[in-house]
Amino acid sequence: MKKYVSFFRNRFAMGLQYRAAALAGMTTQFAWGFMEIMVFRAFYSANPAAFPMTFEATASYIWLQQALLAVFAAWMLEPEIFDCIVSGNVAYELCRPIRIYDMWFARSMAARLSRVALRCFPIILVALCLPKPYGISLPPSAFQFAVFLCTLVLSFLVSVSFYMLVYVCTFYTISPMGLRVMVGSVVEFLSGGGIPLPFFPERVRGVLEILPFAAMQNVPLRVYSGSMTPAETQRAVALQLFWLAALTILGRVLCARAERHATLQGG
Amino acid sequence: MIVMEHISKRYKVARRSGGAGAAMKSFLRREHEWVQALDDVSFTIRDGEMVGYMGPNGAGKSSTIKILSGILTPDSGRCTIDGLTPWKNRIEHVKRIGVVFGQRSQLWWDIPVIDSFELLRDIYSVDPAQYRRNLEELTALLQLSELLKTPTRQLSLGQRMRCELAASLLHSPRILFLDEPTIGLDAVSKLAVREFIHRLNREHGTTVILTTHDMQDISALAQRVILIGRGKILLDGSLDDIRRAGSENPGAQEEDLDRAVANLYRRLGIS
Amino acid sequence: MKKRKWDALSLYMHYIRLSIRSAMEYKASFFLQVASQLLLSMTTLMGLAFMFMRFHSVAGYGYADVLLCYSIVMMQYSLAEMFVRGFDTFAGMVRRGEFDRVLVRPRSEILQILGSRFELTRIGRLLQAVVVFAYGVSHADIFWTPLRIMTLLSMLLGGILLFSGLYLVYAGFCFFTLDGLEFMNIFTDGAKEYGKYPIDVYGEKMMKFATFGIPYALVQAYPLQLLLGRSDCPLYALFPLGTVAFLMVCHAFWRFGVRRYTSSGS
Repeated sequence: MKKYVSFFRNRFAMGLQYRAAALAGMTTQFAWGFMEIMVFRAFYSANPAAFPMTFEATASYIWLQQALLAVFAAWMLEPEIFDCIVSGNVAYELCRPIRIYDMWFARSMAARLSRVALRCFPIILVALCLPKPYGISLPPSAFQFAVFLCTLVLSFLVSVSFYMLVYVCTFYTISPMGLRVMVGSVVEFLSGGGIPLPFFPERVRGVLEILPFAAMQNVPLRVYSGSMTPAETQRAVALQLFWLAALTILGRVLCARAERHATLQGG
Repeated sequence: MIVMEHISKRYKVARRSGGAGAAMKSFLRREHEWVQALDDVSFTIRDGEMVGYMGPNGAGKSSTIKILSGILTPDSGRCTIDGLTPWKNRIEHVKRIGVVFGQRSQLWWDIPVIDSFELLRDIYSVDPAQYRRNLEELTALLQLSELLKTPTRQLSLGQRMRCELAASLLHSPRILFLDEPTIGLDAVSKLAVREFIHRLNREHGTTVILTTHDMQDISALAQRVILIGRGKILLDGSLDDIRRAGSENPGAQEEDLDRAVANLYRRLGIS
Repeated sequence: MKKRKWDALSLYMHYIRLSIRSAMEYKASFFLQVASQLLLSMTTLMGLAFMFMRFHSVAGYGYADVLLCYSIVMMQYSLAEMFVRGFDTFAGMVRRGEFDRVLVRPRSEILQILGSRFELTRIGRLLQAVVVFAYGVSHADIFWTPLRIMTLLSMLLGGILLFSGLYLVYAGFCFFTLDGLEFMNIFTDGAKEYGKYPIDVYGEKMMKFATFGIPYALVQAYPLQLLLGRSDCPLYALFPLGTVAFLMVCHAFWRFGVRRYTSSGS
């Protein structure tokens, strides 16, 4: 366990170094959130009745999404891991007394958390100061906030374990490019990165809520603003737990198979 | 003829502490330090000379080369090359020079070398007949015939350097700047490159200015050595002058050139 | 003088030929990238469709109107990326010291940088934009007069100029710092992303900014009125050409950056 913690620490410290990039990223995220809210304001004034949740809840959803972008973002994959597999350097890693899956898992978590650590608080702070319907509203209760934190941690783990599958699948393909783009655009969209999931048509949303996509970012964002009933929340958490288990088991099995394959092939 | 008179150049270097705030601040208002890159540098190089330009890293070598090739404007001093001031008449001036940066390629990575050559022909508007003549001559001298159809990425370092040399000479420049031309090359390629430069100088009278840390390059090619340190010209003379100045015993000559240079740097306090 | 202009054009064509041949060295990767460009913008389109299934119109614009707006902005952006990619990736050029090479050649720097990179893969996105445009046209029942066709062309041209200007500014910044320049994405990527809706959707203040600040509205919202038949003022057809002034300002900034580079050498 200790070695995985130190992998985590190294990558986390590395991520903290890019501070100018973080500042630029934050500005960008802020601009994105701002534009996004203006779009929804326009749609709101066109037809408020068609809104699936209150405007305040939508604004909170958008700001949180921008602040926590690095927790979920599908395009933020680690290029070093792909390079390592494609170039065959992974053979060296296999010689070390570590489990590759766990190492990469730690690495992905650290990369994402270091990004979030630098960026989320200023965005949330500014969003808290914005005038009423446009800013982020406080969670309805302390309990609600606690539930939000739990679902956030779960969705972070589900996201990372989903993206782990992408890395592992790279073992089985020749060029990871297609896979990356596919995940970067399609998964991002299906998990609500383009437009919030509640704005999807009813039927599509029903399907996505059972699949891991909703578990990846939609759940905590909706829990925060209290736009989910307790029964819905329970179901969502159960699904998050289920997908976390399913995705990590699948990832480990595939990874173990790939490792055996790689060692048999001699790297 | 190259005439440098009292050229000085100071750089403003942004003092930077880490951190996003500092980066932002430095963008709006920078805190500076001044670095004297060149301090009253003067020399004259006649047509057809081969000169080795030496000095430790950060001594002012690349500033000098940048000024001579028109990329950099000095703070004060005069420089004329064949009657032109490089940074004022840059476009006219660079038509008559060739530059080889040893570490950076000017060839397109993925396509055959000959295609890059043809682009250079158009960039320099070389007359087609002259281009053909030059290409034939360079191909023969540098043994490029096998290489021209090969994409750059498939060439070895030595093969690539031969192509780089040819690429810099397609427009028949009067002056050739060589920056570390033999770095990383194997013995055979090094010899081939040196042999070629010698020949170019002998047969075409091309002026060659060579910056390198490789003392063998200098001793094989340069009749004259200019040594720069901390922005000042410290020695302008022959290799024997270096050997004498770098000797541990007064009046003697140090045979090992690398040792002579190391001694010299130490004595001048520039290493 | 005239001969020089032709000479420059033929040199530029030579650069482009080499770019295409370089790209074709990796055919599989090339087609994969084209396909991914297509896919990438597909999700944006789906998002639009979902929003309009729910709301039907925004600020008086229907689905077909927004599709037209989106596809035109997409064309502007793809074309700009295709031709002006050399400036978009200029940070790398400065970092690798390749700009020195540009300066020791007897040609305009801008021509050489434009030539250094021609991004043919953007054809994927361009294709998608054309298809969406055709779909939008067939549903928006626009009566195509010569004036409207001219408006469309001037929108495309103006859009390319506008994005080129932004890339020039970005490249100009590279002479001062290479850190944190990602913020320029707000104005390029952001314009592509949020330009899918006519700018007046974002309210009056944004319109002011997009008219007198960075003149996005000149190539989008204003001429769009003429295109969609919401206005008859033929002057709107000329609005996109206002970006020439913007480009000149950007060019001045670029020149300023180059001068700084040649006086500091780094």
